[in-house]
Amino acid sequence: MIENLLTASVLASGIRLATPYLYAAIGETFGQRSGVLNLGVEGVMLMGAFTSLWAVHEITPVGATSYYAPALLAGVLVALLVGLLMGLATAVINVTLQAQQGISGIGIYLFGLGMSDLLFQKVFRGQVITVNGFPKVNIPVLSDLPVLGEVFFRQNLLVYLAFALVPATWFVLNKTTLGLNIRAVGQNPEAADAMGISVTRVRYFTVTLGGMLASLAGASLSISLVNVFQQNMTAGQGFIAVALVYFGAWQARGVMFGALLFSLVNALQLQVRTKGIDVPDEAASMAPYLLTIIALIFASRRIDQPAALTKPFERGE
Amino acid sequence: MKKLALLLTIVLVAAIAVPAFTAPVQAQDKLRVAVVTPSTKSDLAFSQSIYDALIAVQEERGEENFEFVLSENMFVVEDAATALRDYASQGYDLVIAHGSQYGSSLLDIAPDFPDTAFAWGTTVDTYQDQGITNVYAYEARSEEGAFVQGVMAALLSESKVVGIIGPIETGDAKLYVDGFKAGVLWQDPEIEVLVNYIQSFSDLALAAAAAEAMLAEGADVLSGSAQMVPGAVNKAKEAGALWFGTQSNQTTLSPEIVVSSQVYNWVDVLNAIIADVEAGEINGVSFALTLENDGLLIEFNEDFELDEDVQEAAEEVMQAIIDGDISFEVDEEGVLTVVEAEAE
Repeated sequence: MIENLLTASVLASGIRLATPYLYAAIGETFGQRSGVLNLGVEGVMLMGAFTSLWAVHEITPVGATSYYAPALLAGVLVALLVGLLMGLATAVINVTLQAQQGISGIGIYLFGLGMSDLLFQKVFRGQVITVNGFPKVNIPVLSDLPVLGEVFFRQNLLVYLAFALVPATWFVLNKTTLGLNIRAVGQNPEAADAMGISVTRVRYFTVTLGGMLASLAGASLSISLVNVFQQNMTAGQGFIAVALVYFGAWQARGVMFGALLFSLVNALQLQVRTKGIDVPDEAASMAPYLLTIIALIFASRRIDQPAALTKPFERGE
Repeated sequence: MKKLALLLTIVLVAAIAVPAFTAPVQAQDKLRVAVVTPSTKSDLAFSQSIYDALIAVQEERGEENFEFVLSENMFVVEDAATALRDYASQGYDLVIAHGSQYGSSLLDIAPDFPDTAFAWGTTVDTYQDQGITNVYAYEARSEEGAFVQGVMAALLSESKVVGIIGPIETGDAKLYVDGFKAGVLWQDPEIEVLVNYIQSFSDLALAAAAAEAMLAEGADVLSGSAQMVPGAVNKAKEAGALWFGTQSNQTTLSPEIVVSSQVYNWVDVLNAIIADVEAGEINGVSFALTLENDGLLIEFNEDFELDEDVQEAAEEVMQAIIDGDISFEVDEEGVLTVVEAEAE
């Protein structure tokens, strides 16, 4: 029974579904490790999703039947730029203006939700258009491995990049001065400040990086996973990504584990219903969310939370 | 001083009276319709179907005689209710709530505006049993066109596996899914039909993953209802599977693989309600889009080279439904049965 459900294609689908969560949650991890909670991820994702698709659509030659590499590159760059701008705006609001982070994030989300839809209406008159997104890239040799080949090595570039970010993030946070500064600022900004680390500068960096990765998360949906844009197409994924950071206890590998678990359960519940196994649809759809909530209950007992999370820093004179 | 006061009074009275005199004349000239839709008017699905119909009615009657406003993206029911009440109090002749989630709002609003015609769908409930007479209901018997497309899917499938993706198991989406499945099995009982309600109208990634799961099971023909299906269409395209659309013409999504779309054509329903409004005989009846009344149209993708035999089979089934030789019954539990008239 289980081998019938947990097929290579289900696992591969789970890996793909995990991609946007991974980008967004890793970006959010950087911000939170430095003490800034950004609930606006969903809004930035939507902006990234729209603008990258727009760029790909504009640059791909009319009538092209296959992907056009310069257009895809432009799509990614545009998403990064939009993420950079929205990340900077978030940093201004949260770091410089010291807004209540729980509230300001909702504002950023609503801005992204509304703005992406407005642009969609203005640019495409709300017409759903499809683009030629990132194609699958088979890694030589590895992609021929039984099961593993299909699951891991026949994905597209944005999927590979998302998973490559996991060890990179671990390295930056744990093995570099920058990472040490980020953690110091998130744990005890006063002490970090006394040591000559600019809390403001570090937080601007992490929040802006978080914005860029959130925007890339959106792009990974619109130009790699589904290759279309629709209003509100992220359907709550940005909020799940924030939850995954708690789930993963602010560690890149924990976040990856959470994203994979959530997405695999999602792929599995789709498979269960495709197979016509008699499970109530509502219960099956709830499963990934339920699992995340349960895991969060256990995760919350951990003590790894950055001590200064959500607390604005004001330099004492 | 008194003269000035008199002058002011005259000006004031005139200012109030002139619009009062001109407004009714304008209202008589021009029929004003307001519509609230859950998604965008260009969603290639449900909301677009009513927008296209309104444009057609406006073209028929001329912009000088027919005006409409449309509030789209009203997925929050409370917002929609506010908009509906606003439109009614602004004196619109017909206020349409284009979504089955808006019913309870109309139940609340319609009695306060007895001279305004309301319409909502998809539903059959006009609230006549609650003493309300100014609410029209409309539904799409989407199982009819779905059945026809299901028959085609069965004939076109080489792998003998067909998949259908739905949002939530209710309304016209359920009718569509059930009808499509019935059509496939009616044509070929051996075919495996995969059905998946993904419990979302907006999650494109989930729709795409559902399509992938079906394709991995060997499905080579897919269909689906509601606005999250573009995610699935692209997966079908990548895998070289075929696609059948519904609610709106979905050919533009992927001209290579879309065989046909069942299109909702609300023009006749709108015209029937408008005729009542113009005659001052608002009676709150219920309408249904069917193949027979041209409310449902099967629009073939001209760029898709459809086998003539398949097209003929589709047209035969369509005719059988129009003639009543094949009909559909839905029981209280929502189970769809195909009823075939006895051959003479």
